[in-house]
Amino acid sequence: MAFELNGRTYETDEEGYLADLSEWNREVAGYMATEDDCDLSENHWEVINFLREYYEEYQIAPAVRVLTKAIGKKLGKDKGNSKYLYELFPYGPAKQACKYAGLPKPTGCV
Amino acid sequence: MLHTVNKSPFESTSLKTCLGLAQSGSDILLIEDGVYGALAGTIHTAMLAQATGTISVYALGPDLKARGLPEDRLIPGIKVVGYDGFVELACANDKVQSWL
Amino acid sequence: MSETKKFMYINRRPPYGTVYPLEGLEVVLIGAAFEQEVCMVFISDGVFQLRQGQDTIDSGMKNFSPTYRALGDYEVTRLYVERESLEERGLTEADLMPLTWEDEDDDWAEKPSIQIVSRAQLSDLLEEQDVVFNF
Repeated sequence: MAFELNGRTYETDEEGYLADLSEWNREVAGYMATEDDCDLSENHWEVINFLREYYEEYQIAPAVRVLTKAIGKKLGKDKGNSKYLYELFPYGPAKQACKYAGLPKPTGCV
Repeated sequence: MLHTVNKSPFESTSLKTCLGLAQSGSDILLIEDGVYGALAGTIHTAMLAQATGTISVYALGPDLKARGLPEDRLIPGIKVVGYDGFVELACANDKVQSWL
Repeated sequence: MSETKKFMYINRRPPYGTVYPLEGLEVVLIGAAFEQEVCMVFISDGVFQLRQGQDTIDSGMKNFSPTYRALGDYEVTRLYVERESLEERGLTEADLMPLTWEDEDDDWAEKPSIQIVSRAQLSDLLEEQDVVFNF
């Protein structure tokens, strides 16, 4: 599968995850979110940027409970809980945010 | 003849078998997990160190680097080559024997 | 969860030559969700998985060594490395990546995850386990 954006073609897997992590840019994230009827706010970007940094450091997309705990540690307890993260990413914080961040689906997600 | 070995000497006898059959003047190139055979100070160092007198032993640089094995930890006399060196060795020898 | 079991994941192979080490690591990360009592063991060529300074840029493979540093986040905090396997390979603990976990109950203090143990100690540990996986 693939989509077109600003004259470029981006390959994805069958669930819409970007095939090549290095092709990611902010417009790609914005496009994917629009497709899901989601407007990216600063709060969304905080999580997306966090995920990209996590992947850069550990070469994996974290499981949702690891993400929740790590967000809490970095951005504060009011953000490090499932309620907050599910409000931002109703399709599942790890799954949906990883997709916008251009990462593969989190290890262990089915 | 060029011999290539791609298995760790700790889990396979391919390096030992290769050394037993390779004649003097041969080239041996360690690739993939075979590069662990190039390490100095291991229980398998002696058999390869002995051979470096009569056989030219090479190890593939990118495979050493991937595994975190710096050149200063290798048996003296082993030459590190890149993919271009691999090609040159294959061309310079009339035959290539892969000990898989 | 009513009862926790002791899980041991044994890693015996060097990285990159086969897919076992990476697959094994993924099984550990996935299995961590079940909140069991988990430990990992590195013996034979498995000790090479923890070698520091791995750099796959020239060989075009994925360098998954940084992922071992995430194990602490997944509450996998005990990595046993067999001393005899290190010695046979001319390695010492200083040749391994420094791996730590943060203890939530101790003000997030960083504690080492790697423990060097003897073959005899490992043998006893193995006997204690409920479930053993081998990669």
